[in-house]
Amino acid sequence: MSFIKESAAGTENTPRETEDTGYNYGYLDEQTKRMIRRAILKAVAIPGYQVPFAGREMPMPYGWGTGGIQLSASILGSDDVFKVIDQGADDTTNAVSIRKFFARVTGVETTEKTTEASVIQTRHRIPETPLTDGQIMVYQVPIPEPLRWIEARETETRKMHALEEYGVMHVQLYEDIARHGRIATNFMYPVKVDDRYIMSPSPIPKFDNPKLDMSPALHIFGAGREKRIYAVPPYTEVKSLDFEDHPFSVETWDDCCGLCGAKDSYLDEVILNDQGERMFVCSDTDYCTTRQQEGHRGPMAAREDISELKGTGPKAA
Amino acid sequence: MTAGNERYPAHDNQRIFRAILLTMSQPGSVTALGNWPNPPENLHPAAAAVCLTLVDMDTPLWIGKNTPNDIQTYLRFHCGCPVVRKQDRGAFGLILDGNDLPDLSEFNMGDIEYPDRSATLIIQVKDIQVGSGVLLTGPGINGQVQIGIEGLDTSFWQFLQHNNRQFPLGVDVILATQTEIVSLPRTVQVGI
Ligand SMILES: [Zn+2]
Repeated sequence: MSFIKESAAGTENTPRETEDTGYNYGYLDEQTKRMIRRAILKAVAIPGYQVPFAGREMPMPYGWGTGGIQLSASILGSDDVFKVIDQGADDTTNAVSIRKFFARVTGVETTEKTTEASVIQTRHRIPETPLTDGQIMVYQVPIPEPLRWIEARETETRKMHALEEYGVMHVQLYEDIARHGRIATNFMYPVKVDDRYIMSPSPIPKFDNPKLDMSPALHIFGAGREKRIYAVPPYTEVKSLDFEDHPFSVETWDDCCGLCGAKDSYLDEVILNDQGERMFVCSDTDYCTTRQQEGHRGPMAAREDISELKGTGPKAA
Repeated sequence: MTAGNERYPAHDNQRIFRAILLTMSQPGSVTALGNWPNPPENLHPAAAAVCLTLVDMDTPLWIGKNTPNDIQTYLRFHCGCPVVRKQDRGAFGLILDGNDLPDLSEFNMGDIEYPDRSATLIIQVKDIQVGSGVLLTGPGINGQVQIGIEGLDTSFWQFLQHNNRQFPLGVDVILATQTEIVSLPRTVQVGI
């Protein structure tokens, strides 16, 4: 088996070679990839069901996550255009390292543009730009089991999924409403896929849940530690759990994006200076940058002291 | 260490897997598999490509007892897989002639706690036409799609209806002409 023996650091000047570098094409050995590919196909055939797979213990730089890496390694080829987002950004250290790594071991072309990407690996967000037919989203998932916070035993949650015994999940959510006046879960907000399996959509904000419903793209989720793969095929109904008297709703903001003025995107709060001045900006940097290039301006766009946030300053990576 | 055979490099496995993934996630869409292996007569290159990409020593392959020796030898050698005769033992089943189907309900439909353990069937057919024929709906299909299959016993569609009613149990099917495949996962609903 040919696993990486160096960290992502120092890979920058490594020539883009595959077979003759001693790395296997796509990083995993062929047998492991075949096993993961079979699991992906079963996951697609049983939408929302968690397929166990015999994942590898892989030495990985902290913050990469083995689930998403193993999926991407089994999926990507030289015809692909690969995008990686960490939070909503393409230019964090992790996102840059993962992109470079796959460029090196598969020869894949990379991009920061959602519209150009054929495969997008993500952890926390679904891009704001609508996904299209043929695109594949790869999610890095820490906790795949949506029933885990109700029932710790895998044998029991497996039975609950098998028998569609989801009543206890609804009771818990309802108690959550009774206590907090609303459902307190803003991330990993559970969904029901094709009216059968309850699924955790990874740590995306519930703001992104509606993007999964009838999406033209294929969504594949990988949990490395718990060794689970699950999927939502294109054009599949994905419904966030809710109640008649407490319908599902997404986060909203009173502000718009300070840079591009977007009112429809997920916003992060940024502290600007030590006077505590704050602003809201799009979490999806590609969306925000594209809008600015198209001429959209937010209330803070003219400020000189925030050039780095605007993507015009020196990049952090 | 590279598993699989030397003549069939990782790039081809990746490309063919993606073609299979595309058809499995968009039932009714037809994909041509180029750059084949060179299988013995009566084994379609597209079916051989699917086998070589997905089947290995961990996945027993069922083939009918009338399967020619050279096909058995080829698959054993290139996939490294055990060949089984009992239908319910196969993780994959290869059916050489869609007009000569075994009892498909005898294949492993999976376990209610592990529905992923069901069989995947590769069935060789003559021709696939899109836009006319059987009406398909379900996840992966934007509205509905019609496909017409030549060289496939009509009882297959009754089986597929039955298969869908067992959900989440059920087999997943890949139909292969000489050069093309279309996939029919257990989620597919058939309007006859
Ligand atoms: Zn913005």
